Amino acid sequence: MATHTLSVLVENSPGVLARIAALFSRRGYNIESLAVGPTQEIHISRMTIVINVEGHALEQVIAQTNKLINVLSIVELDPIASVQRELLLVKVATSPETRSQVLETVQLFRAKVVDVAQDAVTIEATGNTEKIQALLRVLEPYGIQELVQSGLVAMERGLKPGNGKGDYSSEVHSEITSLTSA
Amino acid sequence: MSEQITGARALVMALERVGVDVMFGIPGGAILPAYDPIFDSSIRHILVRHEQGAGHAATGYAQVTGRVGVCIATSGPGATNLVTALADAQMDSVPIVAITGQVSSGAIGTDAFQEADIRGITMPITKHNFLITNADDIPHAIAAAFHIAETGRPGAVLVDISKDALQNMTTFHWPTELALPGYNPVLHADEESLRAAATLISQAKSPVLYVGGGIIKANAAEELMELALLTGAPVVTTLMARGAFPDSHPQHLGMPGMHGTVAAVTALQKADLLITLGARFDDRVTGKVSSFAPNAKVIHADIDPAEIGKIRRADVALVGDLKSTIQALLPILKERFAEVPPELTAWWEQCHEWLTKFPLGYDEPEDGSLSPQYVIERIGKIAGSDAIYVAGVGQHQMWASQFVSYENPRTWLNSGGLGTMGYAVPAAMGAKVGLPDSTVWAIDGDGCFQMTNQELVTCALNNIPVKIAIINNESLGMVRQWQTLFYNSRFSNTDLHSHRIPDFLKLAEAMGCVGLRCESKEDVDRIINEAMAINDRPVVVDFNVHRDAMVWPMEAAGASNDDIVVAKSMAPIWDSQEL
Repeated sequence: MATHTLSVLVENSPGVLARIAALFSRRGYNIESLAVGPTQEIHISRMTIVINVEGHALEQVIAQTNKLINVLSIVELDPIASVQRELLLVKVATSPETRSQVLETVQLFRAKVVDVAQDAVTIEATGNTEKIQALLRVLEPYGIQELVQSGLVAMERGLKPGNGKGDYSSEVHSEITSLTSA
Repeated sequence: MSEQITGARALVMALERVGVDVMFGIPGGAILPAYDPIFDSSIRHILVRHEQGAGHAATGYAQVTGRVGVCIATSGPGATNLVTALADAQMDSVPIVAITGQVSSGAIGTDAFQEADIRGITMPITKHNFLITNADDIPHAIAAAFHIAETGRPGAVLVDISKDALQNMTTFHWPTELALPGYNPVLHADEESLRAAATLISQAKSPVLYVGGGIIKANAAEELMELALLTGAPVVTTLMARGAFPDSHPQHLGMPGMHGTVAAVTALQKADLLITLGARFDDRVTGKVSSFAPNAKVIHADIDPAEIGKIRRADVALVGDLKSTIQALLPILKERFAEVPPELTAWWEQCHEWLTKFPLGYDEPEDGSLSPQYVIERIGKIAGSDAIYVAGVGQHQMWASQFVSYENPRTWLNSGGLGTMGYAVPAAMGAKVGLPDSTVWAIDGDGCFQMTNQELVTCALNNIPVKIAIINNESLGMVRQWQTLFYNSRFSNTDLHSHRIPDFLKLAEAMGCVGLRCESKEDVDRIINEAMAINDRPVVVDFNVHRDAMVWPMEAAGASNDDIVVAKSMAPIWDSQEL
């Protein structure tokens, strides 16, 4: 099984998340992470879906998702040719003895402290999955009290001039333009 | 058009605009506003007795006419009663549109009286669905629903409209363009793939045209015939494709699959190329997928890209409308064959051997009771190949597919994918409404018949003279057959006692139909002819048949045991769990 990141543009209409979730559920595709948010066009949302499937099944996932009427486009993002980020908020227990060590870790990971209390600090970090996991491993011994993570969001690198396959960014850009002008 | 009208009136105007001539339904609270303008409309509304009947009737209508079938129901139970019919139509890619009333938009989500989230419920069993809460949106939703239902791979679409949207005032605006940016069915297969397909076909030594229901949906029977004649390849037609290619044609090997002919099943197993046309490698055709047609390369032509590689990897995919795909393939193939004509003599020798050694057949019951296969065969012979045959689900369905000879597309209707018992009576009603001049025979089981026979009341009151043959073996026959084979003849809950109760004659008469009964072979032709002569009322014939008859694709009269073993060993492997 391998992890794949799918970037899906959908019409921003009621029930669209339910349609995607129900499709994945009934066809037995396992979602590892799902993030939904608006795009620069109010009628269009982008979902970033991380799933764990074999190559052959991936084609099916893409084909079946594409059949949904509210889905405008779906592509797999190559991890090397795309920027992938998740957001972490984590509350770590601190004592006068450990606080400076925790703050040093925060600096090393280019994270931020967003809240400080007597016996805990809350840290905000963004990064790819590996960085977030590494930060959590370092923080764990201090005592993680609470943790929340966003789903992965991702975007292809660069804005290539537009022709040819694999030119995802410009394709989507022109797609959005044509959809809104129509 | 700036005249102020209600949303309900806009709905009816939109239905008229898309060309609806008939719809099947039942009114109720939430849909009530729509029924007032329906009263004045040119659209014929047929008041059914159960919403499931409305759904299957819409399906039957769509299957014989090729047009979108329409059913209409109220919110809550009215809508949920449509669920089986929607799932059925969607599985068999039949274009139907269901209109349902919904509670007023302010009450949605409050567990209001007769509220059910029918959009949520039907999401997995429709091609698409809509919830409309604004009267202004009704015409576009109807236009979009019909477009989605009948284009691409056809399917079921539901439009749920809140009561206030039906009551509120609006102006009628018919959309000049549909706002469906995410819906663009691929219509034409690409040139490169067509050439690759032609190469595979011209190189094949033992090809089979594996024909599915898509040929009928695409109205591509003529193109299929041309392709068959050009390639000279054997043709098999799946349960959904019976009639797509004439049974009388010498290249036809019959139906493949669990109850298919030995020739069709074996040809697929031994083929070096499957030319798959609008078929989907259903488990009832393939058996265990890993052992299905093990030596065959696969050309897979389908309008639905998600079918390609879903079950079986395709060597060449032809995504597009089948009619245009075959039309585009023919000239390329002709060029190839002009260089090297197809040489299938050795392959046909084999196929002929399977055909002649293992024809379809059945044994007459030894006690002199009526054989169900004989009854069905005679109905087919007497009503002929212009009649429309509609089956329920079970043994009688398999026999109706085996022992009636189909010559034309859209003459064989059944619930193939979902396997919906109770499909036959309402679907036959819809078929007869769609083609009132055709003879429509429902070949039903006594179990199936008891699920939906109430629609015969609808038929009797609305001048829809269908003919129903109840193949009455007093049992849930197919389940009983499996109990015989795999559960040591322990007949748990499959005995229906339906030679005694109900009395189908009285039931038929009570519903305004003519009731006939047939218990012996001598009477079969006479009673079928009697039923054929009645055209002013529905007819129900209760054929009391032997209950131990089984569906046997591989048993052939006069074949040696060795041959049967040989044939069985060539059949696909079935999981014992599969029923």
